[in-house]
Amino acid sequence: MSRTYLPLWITFALVLLMFAAGASQFDGFASLRVVTNLISDNAFLLVTALGMTLVILSGGIDLSVGSVIALSGVAAALLIGPYQWHPLLAFALILPCAALFGAAMGALIQYYQLQPFIVTLAGMFLARGMATLLSEESVAIEHPFYDAVAEFGLELPDGGWLGATSLLTIALVLLMLVLTHYSRFGSYVYALGGNSQSAQLMGVPVARTTILLYASSSMLAAMAGIIFSFYTYSGYALAAVGVELDAIAAVVIGGTLLTGGSGFIMGTVLGVLLMGLIQTYINFDGSLSSWWSKIVIGALLFFFIALQKLLSHKWQHKAGSKA
Amino acid sequence: MTTEGVILNSSQPEQQNAGQSNAEQLKAARQARYSPGQSAHKFSLYLYPLLALALLLLVNLLLDPQFFSLQWQDGRLYGPLIDIVNRSAPVALLAIGMSLVIATGGIDLSVGAVMAICGAVCANLLLLGDWSIPAVIGLAVLTGLACGLVNGVMVSYLGIQPIVATLVLMVAGRGVAQLLNQGQIVTFQNPDFAALGSGDFLGLPVPVWLVLLALLVMQLLLRRTALGLFIEAVGCNAKASRYLGIDDKGIKLSVYLLTGCCAALAGIVATADIQGSDANNAGLWLELDAILAVVIGGAALTGGRFSLPRAVIGVLIIQALSTTIVVSGLPAKFNLLIKALVILLVLMLQSELFRNQLKALFSFGKAHGGKA
Repeated sequence: MSRTYLPLWITFALVLLMFAAGASQFDGFASLRVVTNLISDNAFLLVTALGMTLVILSGGIDLSVGSVIALSGVAAALLIGPYQWHPLLAFALILPCAALFGAAMGALIQYYQLQPFIVTLAGMFLARGMATLLSEESVAIEHPFYDAVAEFGLELPDGGWLGATSLLTIALVLLMLVLTHYSRFGSYVYALGGNSQSAQLMGVPVARTTILLYASSSMLAAMAGIIFSFYTYSGYALAAVGVELDAIAAVVIGGTLLTGGSGFIMGTVLGVLLMGLIQTYINFDGSLSSWWSKIVIGALLFFFIALQKLLSHKWQHKAGSKA
Repeated sequence: MTTEGVILNSSQPEQQNAGQSNAEQLKAARQARYSPGQSAHKFSLYLYPLLALALLLLVNLLLDPQFFSLQWQDGRLYGPLIDIVNRSAPVALLAIGMSLVIATGGIDLSVGAVMAICGAVCANLLLLGDWSIPAVIGLAVLTGLACGLVNGVMVSYLGIQPIVATLVLMVAGRGVAQLLNQGQIVTFQNPDFAALGSGDFLGLPVPVWLVLLALLVMQLLLRRTALGLFIEAVGCNAKASRYLGIDDKGIKLSVYLLTGCCAALAGIVATADIQGSDANNAGLWLELDAILAVVIGGAALTGGRFSLPRAVIGVLIIQALSTTIVVSGLPAKFNLLIKALVILLVLMLQSELFRNQLKALFSFGKAHGGKA
């Protein structure tokens, strides 16, 4: 087994382990319905985490995504509701604006050499502040387009149902897979995360890449906000608080290094699935109070990170001694 | 060239588009290497954070002419300035610990949750009634140390990345605090303990004394022993310091322990202040304020350098900003927006390119700012 893909396989094994644990304990856990629900419930997190993967691969971090989700949700709700725009037109305005927002953060990081953590933290306050400014209350969305999208989907056997947002998410995953692993931009991002000095000497357009990748992270977060609005039929300024941390956790569980330069899009997908499975497991159990479920999530998070660490350490050691 | 620029260049030597030649960068790197932060450029390191603080206070003075007034009542000083210092006490305690974690290149997201746990421990012990106050404080600090131990072991001995390792306790910790409180807000009646949050001593509020005490003890511990140097060495390069004979894992563990201890103190102050423990909201998102304060104080998140007084100045800036927004009478919904803009401005002031652009702006009257 190739060592490069080792973290990926270990995460995959852990996802299977979690699924097996659920399936052995609860009736109806091992069904296609649970799997498709897993995708639709975590679609917005997955889309956010895709952008986060890109940013973390470059050695940066983006804390603003949760707020951007809320901001785009509120903006969409307001444009569709009080302003009577068609949803598609609203999305066509929101996505480029979000990209601009991300590009501005990228420019601050690149040209003023400010630390990504802090710039995006300020971005997080800024986006959340703009969202509260737009509306402090939750804005409901009622539009025939939303109903039509909700009805659209792919019927699968065993109670499975891939809705429009799930299909969109899967398409975005495929797009990001190609962009990250098979495009020039993707290799620029890896080079940047490996060593940005060497990257620059190699002729990587560091400035353009940095700005582009923060722009794509914000745009994906806005996309996640739109997906979230299809899920909740509303936009709320205080929605998705802390999602950035879930996204970072998913990316790291997926085997991407926070120092940059090493990781996979598929790892992030597996990381999100693992976190979603933990949540599903707790929902199926149903007996846990809200505080116990927090403790269990934390404990499982720790268990999986530690196990992953242990396995990859052991296997790498083994491979090393053989060679 | 000021030391601010040196820090930026030495931590990110790869970024060459700041408009500097290689020779200048080399010179800067040399300067950074031979001036260990403490002596030569001390003044300019403090300049920009203090300037930002002074500006904020000045804005307050313009908005409210009574802003600098201090009254002596019942053996205690009162006034808006005292309020700012008093209210920033919990975050200041967190920031003191956070400085050290950040100096090792780590980060601690769990401090808010640790505050909540320690607060819950205090409230529940006081409710039982038969515990003396020193014992309650001692147990709360022990709880904080235990949380620090969990974080420290995960980061240093299991090799888990700090942001994720401490995320575990950030999620689970709040659950533990809620478990201790059984989902309720636990309130208690104990004037002696409450004095830790709202009492006064020699004319100043007790939390302010606690911060000063923590600052003094930590500063002595770190700067009068080799510990501070070791922490900075590990933050610069953990591997190299291991080869030098520094127990890098032990050092990392110790900073998380110290941070846990600081978070416990912050939790005690917050709990004593409201005479109760609210597991959901105690210390919520304060970790972000603490991190922000450390960075406003001029530290790099990549590690290798810390200054406790500057971190505390950073906290004062954040608190003064919140006060300014209240004093200005703007609706609360503007809070986050203004906070974000001012933070960006303070950060930009630390960027040399931005300062040069400002200078150019003033000398030519040419309209090209840097803000996005």
